[in-house]
Amino acid sequence: MDTQNISLLEGREKQVYEKRQGGAEVDIACDTTSLSGSVSQRACVFCGSRVVLYPVADAIHIVHGPIGCAAYTWDIRGAVSSGPELHRLSFSTDLQEMDVIYGGEKKLYRSLIELIDQYQPNAAFIYSTCIIGLIGDDIDAVCKKVAKEKGIPVMPVHSEGFKGTKKDGYKAACSALMTLIGTGSTEGISKYSINILGEFNLAGEAWIIREYYERMGIEVVATMTGDGRIDAIRRSHGASLNVVQCSGSMTSLAKDMEEKYGIPFIRVSYFGFEDMSKSLYDVAQLFPDRPEIMEKAKEIVRDEIRQYYPEMQKFKAALTGKKAAIYVGGAFKTFSLIKALRTIGMSVVLAGSQTGNKDDYSRLKEMCDEGTVIVDDSNPVELSKFILEKEADLLIGGVKERPIAFKLGVGFCDHNHERKIPLAGFVGMYNFAKEVYESVMSPVWQFAPRKGGLK
Amino acid sequence: MAREGLTINPAKTCQPIGAMYAALGIHGCLPHSHGSQGCCSYHRSTLTRHYKEPVMAATSSFTEGASVFGGQANLLQAIETIFTVYDPDIIAVHSTCLSETIGDDLQQITKKAKDDGKIPEGKYVIYASTPSFVGSHITGYANMVTGMAEQFSVSTGEKKEQINIIAGWMEPSDMREIKRLSKEMGVKIVLFPDTSDVLDAPQTGKHELYPKGGVTVSELQSSGDSICSLALGCISAEPAAIALEKKHKVPFETLDMPIGLSATDRFVMSLSKAAGVAVPAEITAERGRLVDVMADMEQYFHGKKVALFGDPDHLIPLTEFLLDLNMKPVHIVSGTPGQRFDKRMQEILERAPYANFKNGLNADMFLLHQWIKNEPVDLLIGNTYGKYIARDEDIPFIRFGFPILDRIGHSYFPNVGYSGSLRLVEKILSALMDRQDRTCLEEKFELVM
Repeated sequence: MDTQNISLLEGREKQVYEKRQGGAEVDIACDTTSLSGSVSQRACVFCGSRVVLYPVADAIHIVHGPIGCAAYTWDIRGAVSSGPELHRLSFSTDLQEMDVIYGGEKKLYRSLIELIDQYQPNAAFIYSTCIIGLIGDDIDAVCKKVAKEKGIPVMPVHSEGFKGTKKDGYKAACSALMTLIGTGSTEGISKYSINILGEFNLAGEAWIIREYYERMGIEVVATMTGDGRIDAIRRSHGASLNVVQCSGSMTSLAKDMEEKYGIPFIRVSYFGFEDMSKSLYDVAQLFPDRPEIMEKAKEIVRDEIRQYYPEMQKFKAALTGKKAAIYVGGAFKTFSLIKALRTIGMSVVLAGSQTGNKDDYSRLKEMCDEGTVIVDDSNPVELSKFILEKEADLLIGGVKERPIAFKLGVGFCDHNHERKIPLAGFVGMYNFAKEVYESVMSPVWQFAPRKGGLK
Repeated sequence: MAREGLTINPAKTCQPIGAMYAALGIHGCLPHSHGSQGCCSYHRSTLTRHYKEPVMAATSSFTEGASVFGGQANLLQAIETIFTVYDPDIIAVHSTCLSETIGDDLQQITKKAKDDGKIPEGKYVIYASTPSFVGSHITGYANMVTGMAEQFSVSTGEKKEQINIIAGWMEPSDMREIKRLSKEMGVKIVLFPDTSDVLDAPQTGKHELYPKGGVTVSELQSSGDSICSLALGCISAEPAAIALEKKHKVPFETLDMPIGLSATDRFVMSLSKAAGVAVPAEITAERGRLVDVMADMEQYFHGKKVALFGDPDHLIPLTEFLLDLNMKPVHIVSGTPGQRFDKRMQEILERAPYANFKNGLNADMFLLHQWIKNEPVDLLIGNTYGKYIARDEDIPFIRFGFPILDRIGHSYFPNVGYSGSLRLVEKILSALMDRQDRTCLEEKFELVM
C-alpha cells in the first residue's frame, strides 16, 4: 500500500488544518490523547518526566518498574555534563512478577540504599511507571524514609505512563524540581541574575546560551536542567528572573516559582538569529538600571551576526525556494524554525507538533504561508502524504521521522534528542543552515527516485 | 558491590519490543502495542535506531479510564481503526505490563472482535502475551513467534515437501542467508519470522507501510503440514516448534543458531538429513574457505581473552565458536533468564571451566564491568552499550546483537552460516590487529602478518 493513496485517519480531520484564503478559523483539536489504533509519534507521561529531569547530572535517576522503561531511556539524549555523569547510567528496580503481586516498595528501598552508598549522589529521582500506579506502591513514603536516613533529597516523580500525555510528565518533573527549589542558600546571588529554564544542554547548547548572558554581566544561577546540578537548583529561587525556553516543558515551573517566590518569567527561543537576539534583548530590558547590559547584548548580537551571516549566504543562495516540513515535539520550536528557515530562503509547507495547544496553533496559522498544512499529533502515513503532496525538500523532526524522510528521498535535520551539533545560539543558526544545506543538497538524492510515485 | 534490588545498566530489555520485532517479520502485518503510548513509541524508536528504517506499529493509547475499566474498549476500537485506515492483512497484538496487570485477556478480546464483525473477511488478528515483568525482549520475541505458529498453522492431513525453519532473534541479513543456504541445498523451507526485505528495504522514493518482505499467511498456515521444524535457538525459537508439534504433530529439532563453524555444521547436516538431500559442493567449499582462514590465522587467536554479553541464542554458539578459535571466553553475561539457556551454556562451557557466566536478574553491564576489572580481557563482544566499558578499559570492541545504535552493517551482512562466520573471524582479527598496530612497541610494529 502506498502512503499517498491513503486517506486521513477517521477522527483525525480535526487535528489537521490547511491554511486557505478566507478559510475557517483554526480549531484544531489538540490536548487530546491519541486515537486508539493510530500509529502516533507521541510518547507517554514517563517520557515527559524523563526528558526534563534526565540532564541533572549529579543525581541518580531510578526507574521504578519493569526493565523496559529504564532500558529505552538509557543515555539516548545527548544532554552533556561538564562534570559528573551519573545521569548517563541506567538504574532500574527491574520489577518481576512477584514484585507486581506483593509490591515493590521493599525492593525500591533496598535499591535506593545500595545506590546511594555506591555513588554518593547529591539527590535521587524516583520515577513511577505505569505498573506502580496500578499496584499502589507508596513511593512517597519510601522516598521520605530514604531521604531521612541518607540525608539527601529523594524525590518521587509521579510519571505513570498512562496518566495523561507527555505534558503531564513535564508537570510531574516540575513538581519534583519545585520541592528542591528553595532549600539552598541564596547568599551572594547578584541582583542581575537569571535561571535558564527549558534548556537541556543537548550538544552543549546551554553552555553557549549561558556564555552570552554571562558576557552581558548577568549571573546564571541555575540551568534547568541542562548540565544541571542539585545545589544550583536548590538556590535558584534567589534569581531575579526566569528565562523559559521550550515553553511546553517548563512554563509550569516558572509559574510556580512566580507564585511562590515572586520571580517573573519570560518566554524565549534560542533558535535562529531573530529569536536568539530577542532573547538577549528581552532579558536586558528587564534590568534597565544597568544600561551596560543592553549595550553588551547589542554588541554580542552585532559581533555574532557579523561572524556568521556572510558565511550563511552560500547556503541561502542554494536553498532559496526550497520547501520544508516541520514535525517536532513542541509548537514553540516550530515558530522559531519557520523564522530560521526564512532566513535561509526556505518556506514551510507543513508544520506540526506533538504537544501544541490551541493558542500555539492559532499563532502558527498567522505565521504560515497560504497552503501550509498544520497538524497536531500526526502519524507517518499522514506525514509522508503531505511531504509528497507539498513536494517538500526537507523534513525536520526526531528519531522516528528520519528514516521516513530518507525513504521518500528528502533531506532531514534532527531537531530533537539526536542532534550532534548545537543548533541554539548564533553559532547554532549557522550550524543549522549548514546541516540543512548539506542534507538538502546532498549528491545522494541524484541516485534516489526522488519523490517517486508522485508525478 | 553487593546488590539485592536493582539492575544497573541492563543487558536486556522488556518483552514487548521482541514481540514487535517478530511481528514485523510477517508480510502485511501491523504490530499493535496494547498499552500506554510510550511503550509503542520507545519500541519504534529503538528499532528505528537499530535498523535506520521506518518502523510501523500502532498503540491502544491507554488512558486512566482504560486502566480502571479495562482495555477491551480500546483494543476493539484500535482493531476497527487499524483495518479501516492502515488496512493491514494482519494485526499482531502484544500486551504490556499495564494491560496484563489490569487483567486484559487478549484471546477473549480478539475473539470478541471477530464475533462482533470487526475483523474483515480474509484478515487476521493474532496475539501474544508479553508482560514486561517476565523474561526479556527475547522471550517476548519467542512468545510472538509461538503465537504465529499456534494461531495460523493448519493441517490438511497431507504432508508438504517442506521444512519449517523457525528463526530465533536474528537480523534480516541472517534470515536472508538462511534462505540462501536452503536454496543452495535445494530445500523448500518456510522461514518464520522473516524480516528481510522489511527492515533492510531499498530506497524507492516511497514509504511503504508494508514492505515486500515477510512470511506470508499462506506460508504460515502451511507450516502445520511441513515434514518437520528446525528451531534455530533454544530460547527464542524452540517454543514455537513445540507449539507446532503439539498442535499438528510436526516433529522438530532444536539447534543452536548457526553462528560459527560447529553450529553451522550441525545446521547444514540437520537440514540435509531432514530433507534427504546431499550437501552441495558449493556449501562444502564455503565451509572449506572458513576452515582455511581459521587455520591461516590460528596463531593470532589462541589464548586471547574475551568478554561477551547479549542474548542467549547468540551467546551459546558464539561462545562455542570462540572456543573453536582457541580463544578464551572468560566473562559471559545475559539479562535474559532461563534454565534451558543455563543448561546449554554449561554444556558449552565444559571446555572453559574458568569462565564466569551469569544470566537473569542482576546479570547486567555493571556486573560485567566488575568482572572485567578483576580479570581484564583482550576483546569485548556485545551490543552498542558495551562501548562505555570498551572506552573505560580500552578494550577492542566488536558490536554484535541488539541493539546496535551506532554502527551499520548488521542489517546487511550476516553472522550466520559459513560466510557469516568468516565475517566474524575477519572482525575479530581486525579488532585485535588494529589494536596491536596502534599500541605495540616500535620494534614489534610489523608490516607482514
